[in-house]
Amino acid sequence: MSGIPHDHYEPSTKAEKWVESRLPIIGLLYTTLMIPTPKNLNWMWIWGIVLAFCLVLQIATGIVLVMHYVPSESAAFASVEHIMRNVNGGHMLRYLHANGASLFFVAVYLHIFRGLFYGSYKAPREITWIIGMLIYLCMMGTAFMGYVLPWGQMSFWGATVITGLFGAIPFIGEPIQTWLLGGPAVGGYTLNRFFSLHYLLPFVIAALVVVHIWAFHTTGNNNPSGVPVRTDSKDSVKKDTLPFWPYFVIKDVFALSFVLVIFFAIVGFMPNYLGHPDNYLEANPLVTPAHIVPEWYFLPFYAILRAFTADVWVVQIANFLSFGIIDAKFFGVLAMFGAIAVMALVPWLDTSSVRSGRYRPMFKWWFYLLCFDFMALMWLGAMPAEEPYSSLSLIASAYWFGYFLVILPLLGVIEKPEPQVATIEDDFKAHYGKAKSADAAATTPAE
Amino acid sequence: MFKKTVLASLAALAVSASGALAAGGGGHVHDYSFSFEGPFGTYDEHQLQRGLQVYTEVCAACHGLKYVPLRTLGDEGGPALPEDQVRAYAAQWEVFDPALDDYRPAAPTDHFPGSNLENAPDLSLMAKARAGFHGPLGSGLSQLVNGIGGAEYIASLLVGYTGEEKEQAGTLFYENEVFAGGWIAMGPPIEDGLVEYADGSPNDAESIAQDVSAFLMWAAEPKMMARKDAGLTAVLFLTVLTVLLYLTNKRLWAPVKKAAKED
Repeated sequence: MSGIPHDHYEPSTKAEKWVESRLPIIGLLYTTLMIPTPKNLNWMWIWGIVLAFCLVLQIATGIVLVMHYVPSESAAFASVEHIMRNVNGGHMLRYLHANGASLFFVAVYLHIFRGLFYGSYKAPREITWIIGMLIYLCMMGTAFMGYVLPWGQMSFWGATVITGLFGAIPFIGEPIQTWLLGGPAVGGYTLNRFFSLHYLLPFVIAALVVVHIWAFHTTGNNNPSGVPVRTDSKDSVKKDTLPFWPYFVIKDVFALSFVLVIFFAIVGFMPNYLGHPDNYLEANPLVTPAHIVPEWYFLPFYAILRAFTADVWVVQIANFLSFGIIDAKFFGVLAMFGAIAVMALVPWLDTSSVRSGRYRPMFKWWFYLLCFDFMALMWLGAMPAEEPYSSLSLIASAYWFGYFLVILPLLGVIEKPEPQVATIEDDFKAHYGKAKSADAAATTPAE
Repeated sequence: MFKKTVLASLAALAVSASGALAAGGGGHVHDYSFSFEGPFGTYDEHQLQRGLQVYTEVCAACHGLKYVPLRTLGDEGGPALPEDQVRAYAAQWEVFDPALDDYRPAAPTDHFPGSNLENAPDLSLMAKARAGFHGPLGSGLSQLVNGIGGAEYIASLLVGYTGEEKEQAGTLFYENEVFAGGWIAMGPPIEDGLVEYADGSPNDAESIAQDVSAFLMWAAEPKMMARKDAGLTAVLFLTVLTVLLYLTNKRLWAPVKKAAKED
């Protein structure tokens, strides 16, 4: 499977030969588990395992929750309370599932920004990146629909606002919105279809994850130096890499365990911290909450959605040029989906030949600013739509697009990269050869 | 640098996450001290029993607790009433039984009745639907040691009346410092000595307010003690596992790093 030369599995016993000649599954597992992995991966390369764990956690807890949940307008809210009060361990299952979604997104954002810094999206890993973006989209869909299921006030009004976005599409918007909702407004029929899709999408994600892993096992992992593994001989591969098992499995599981300590502290001691109190009130179409706020992981894109109001000149130009078809609402929707689209297109927007941000003196600072921008958008998304937040949202949104559409293409031309390390082996030696204890493997994400 | 960015990002995440929590609060919520705060806090079953009494004699006239099964009054980690008392307590409520097509005395397997008044909200989850605490700096991280402040919100509201009244469209509203908007349709429900406790506990208005708030916190989160126990066990075991894995990892990589150093 891997493009990097390595030892293949040779069945030794009779039973192994019998299986392997009929279905080469042991060989497949062996190759997957023993894949040569760059020695110099740092602690930002552990989020993949955390994400895999999250997917399994969500599916496992979700399947049990479904056994007790009733997807109906009149009984959904009460059935969640039934889970919280009467089902054995039900309160833990539900809190694990709800907070598991947050852990999932913390990990995916760190995973994505890791990729953005170290150029993991660049050739030959464009397909890995695109598949990853599809997984991210499916995650957002799953999380959004999952949040509707408890049928609290935020469930109901969040669903109303978000499906309303599709209604902003000119001409075909309203039919699409009706089709999504299954009726004229959010109701029991919406709950039923969201429940169905909330159960389906995780398995789509699981399938995409297999493709994601297949893709990067074909190209090999990227690494903090961005320099490829030398593939001229098995010997030089051995100098640059170590087998995934046991070196990276143990490292990743250690990191996962550390992350889970924090996760379980949140689930055990403050499980409602990341939720919205209003969702403990049953959905009521007649009472609109004072502030309708999406879950924290949607806030950056929610801020972009709201930033483009009718008084912004870009919106006015778009409105004029499209003879009024693109109004502020539709522009906001385009901007929100565009913000994700530019991220998906980054393999072709980044013109620099150097992969790792480590060797790009100018890029670094623009990247750190992007991280700050993302957090600023997240904060702004939770703020009311008034000054000074509206102006700040607009500036922050502009930078998001500016980074991908202007800065990245330009940097490749004007930036003078620093000399890169020759091989992964050298990078590893430079790291461990000099300092003895300062860079011990146990510190948190180290560059 | 990347590491610092990550840490800064997580801190910012905490701040924005709790922006989403900024609901329910009106005016100043007094930080009453409750026994169930913090990772090791537990419910005081005597306080819950007193709160149950206040709920039964005062709140239940208008409000309901429709999601709370009566039998849970006997649960450990709750009011922990003996079985015969749960039975006797349940029997004082009437519930509608569709099988009989008539009302009958409630059994422990039934739930508390719902609200009697159209505009009196059900209180089953009110202590979780209102967040009194958002600090520090709006991050809400103090919730780890204080809880979300729902019980504090309720207690503050119950004693937050200024004494001012106004009539609007035929309804009387009472000024309340804690309620969002400042005017609430519920008249001041509690006064000094309103409830007589069998155990002789103080029954001034503030004590009564705190007792019933503690009871409502339990009603909203009856498995809190089991949850904290599970959380603590998980954190302790995972910490041990993390240390073991750290040592395993260090040992596993030691020869590789040594070779890199010696070259």
